[in-house]
Amino acid sequence: MLIRSVVPVVLALVAGGILLLGLGRNPLTFYGDIWKGGIEQGGWQDSAIRMAPFLLIAAGLTVIFRANIWNLGYNGQFLLAAALVSGYAPSLVKDVSLWIAFPVLFLLAAGVGAVWTIVPALLKAFYGTNEIITTLMMSFIGVDVASILIKSPSAFHDPSTPLPQTAVISRLLPNIPGTRIHIGLLVAFAAILVVHYVMTRTSWGLKLQIMGANPRAARHFGISLPRLIVGSFLVSGALVGLAAAADILGLWGYVRTSQPFNYGDSVIPFVFLARLNALAVVPFIAFYSVLSTGGDLAASNASLPSDFLLVLVALILLFMTVIEYMGRRRELGQSYLTPGLKQALRAPLIRRQTA
Amino acid sequence: MSVRTDTRAPIVELIGITKTFPGVLANDRIDLTLRRGEVHCLLGENGAGKSTLIGILSGLLRPDAGKILIEGVQTPVSSPRVALELGIGTVPQHSALIPALTVLENLMLGDNRRFRLDEAGARRRLAEVAGTLGVEVDGDAKASELALGHQQQVEIVKALWRGSRVLILDEPTSMLTPQAIAELGKVLGRLKEQGQAVIFITHKLHEALSLGDRISILRQGRLAGRIDGQTLRSTAHEEVRAEIVRIMFGEEARTVADLAELRQELVVGDAGGQVDAAAETVLELRTVSAPGEGAELGIDDVSLELRQGEILGVAGVDGNGQRALAEVIAGQRAAAQGQVLLYGGPVTRLSVSARQKLGLRYVTDDRLGEGIVGVLPVGLNLFLKRVGERPFWRRGRIQRAVIAEQAGQLIDRFDVRTPSVDTRIATLSGGNVQKVLLARELSFDPKVVVFHKPTYGLDVKTTATVRSLIGRLAQGGGAALVISTDLDELLEICDRIAVLSRGRLVGTVPNRSGAAEEVGRLLLGDSGAEEAA
Repeated sequence: MLIRSVVPVVLALVAGGILLLGLGRNPLTFYGDIWKGGIEQGGWQDSAIRMAPFLLIAAGLTVIFRANIWNLGYNGQFLLAAALVSGYAPSLVKDVSLWIAFPVLFLLAAGVGAVWTIVPALLKAFYGTNEIITTLMMSFIGVDVASILIKSPSAFHDPSTPLPQTAVISRLLPNIPGTRIHIGLLVAFAAILVVHYVMTRTSWGLKLQIMGANPRAARHFGISLPRLIVGSFLVSGALVGLAAAADILGLWGYVRTSQPFNYGDSVIPFVFLARLNALAVVPFIAFYSVLSTGGDLAASNASLPSDFLLVLVALILLFMTVIEYMGRRRELGQSYLTPGLKQALRAPLIRRQTA
Repeated sequence: MSVRTDTRAPIVELIGITKTFPGVLANDRIDLTLRRGEVHCLLGENGAGKSTLIGILSGLLRPDAGKILIEGVQTPVSSPRVALELGIGTVPQHSALIPALTVLENLMLGDNRRFRLDEAGARRRLAEVAGTLGVEVDGDAKASELALGHQQQVEIVKALWRGSRVLILDEPTSMLTPQAIAELGKVLGRLKEQGQAVIFITHKLHEALSLGDRISILRQGRLAGRIDGQTLRSTAHEEVRAEIVRIMFGEEARTVADLAELRQELVVGDAGGQVDAAAETVLELRTVSAPGEGAELGIDDVSLELRQGEILGVAGVDGNGQRALAEVIAGQRAAAQGQVLLYGGPVTRLSVSARQKLGLRYVTDDRLGEGIVGVLPVGLNLFLKRVGERPFWRRGRIQRAVIAEQAGQLIDRFDVRTPSVDTRIATLSGGNVQKVLLARELSFDPKVVVFHKPTYGLDVKTTATVRSLIGRLAQGGGAALVISTDLDELLEICDRIAVLSRGRLVGTVPNRSGAAEEVGRLLLGDSGAEEAA
């Protein structure tokens, strides 16, 4: 199982290296720069800071993917929560004790993320509507609503700047003593532990797993599916909302409409590589955080757009699919290749022999 | 039947076929010869290796060792498509027709030699094949609208579509009514006349005896014995039957106490009818209607009463409302009208788990589809109807030690053969999965249990075990509603038999001599039988 998770990553790095060669760059320099930027000289702290929102999103996706429900509306949930947190935080951190302000803001973000899943959740629970479509649609709406909130002077727009951004929050989350890493990372680790416990040790986690593995069986066992569906959506959206709060209150201090807050898109492959196991997702997210932190430096040194990192993520997904397929065939006692493919590979040889 | 000898040239020979799966020797040096114009019966318990052998012949699996000769020439059957090209056609146990398409469209699906669909050609071919089989097939009927027997005929036509030499029938009678089985017997006769070689897989001894020209018996992956055509024709059926039982279960079968039950299974008994009329009514349905699902009918205005200590059978052809009936009692499907009463109290609006707690249980027929969660271990599967309940969960937290201990006890009590409680249940055989389901439903004070096709697809031994469990439940003061398409089964164990036809209960017959005929008449829509509810 571990091999099936690690091999796609290795293959993607190799294929990415070949791609770099094709583009006339030295892959060793590129990967070396990633190491330098992501680990060395305190780079590991920047990587750790990036981990916080990634882990929280991964926790949220793990919960709902286990139930075989596809919440793909994380971008809207995240951005809307981010917009509201950055909108209310500047005044709140000034007026109230931080001991109250930060928890309230985290709760606000969780609430916003959860609320934004309600429509898809109810439609799925009571009408069986495909949640992939509804969550994506709600995501687009969420992104646009967030951008209106950020730009509108009557909402959260900072009047002191012509840029479409909110006012800067004067006090951010405290750091873990001795580091530059904000305590949002601790929140993220706590969420991962709680999710893991819930999924492996509690009846609610088991019910989610049953529903995910065999919804007809769930009905047969007398498990109420609508309640579970809505519940898993709310938890998932809340965790995505927490990710937004951690990132805004710990790192950014404001939201701008041009910020690429599509973290979830890069997190998804690692949630699958971890086989929907909340603990196993941690090393993968750590790996990706280093990759993305160091990748910015590496890409600019190689004068490549930083989107090249998304190519690496896509390659990981691609190889994961192939490895998974071959592994499944192996489990079924079949050969790695399909008979058709084998025949196609052999055909030229056979023709040569007979000729 | 025409006279034939055993000297016919073999059309397909399997020699020394061996196949292992991780941890299982599924086929161990099996030899099998198929000849033109012969029905070769393959008999064996679940897990004996029948499906593996057939999978190898039809190109789904590759053997580890051994060879396949086709008309004397060694030929690798490397894929299902190659098998089809070699003229090896398979009729699957469960219809694989696409319900939304017409019969003709289904038949044309397999024919991708040309890009354009040749409908006129297909129509001619259908008339031709159906004519040789002596059946009538409406090419324009939707597959979903056909009765199971007709669907099977279409499957046979499909297998013969591109010219077949060997036809594999995988448990073809398991879903059929007695009439449809007789029809299938005739079709087999026609196929033999045309020189087809047929492999007929079955669990049922009497079918093997009446339809087979030759019988091979598999046991634990090996060819345990053969009965050739000569012996079959010249020996009395009773003797052959005893011989087969000996081969299937080995010499030890004689000493095993199960044998008595086994014998019982083979002889249709004249049980039942002794329940005290004054016994308390434990389950009652009052004019209950419920919607169907897909091609399956719902139930319409069904009323029935089940008394304490009674086993009430529900006979009928599959798809006539059986599932709706079972689910409406279990609480999985809402009743559109009418009332379900348990011990006189209405439970119509109660949830599945509430009814479960009151002692109302349901052993589903769809064991793999809804009865278990395949990826979870056997131990946990035993308690999936009690998720979150004490003592297995406390404050929502799983109590693994309690589950392991109680699971161990149930596994012993119900004789579930599993490597451990932690084994993934999907790896167990069908019979053991059914034992897990029975253990789940028949533990913690069961009172009224609905059994839906409880022995469907099980081997003789497990079948006997299941039937004796049902009997014990009734003797112990419980009551059972047994829904089955196997009339022999109902006649053997039930006190009364109700007949379900097109979603309605068309009559109830006390199980005494002559009950079979009465049930048969009701099934065929003859309203002459008595109504005694």
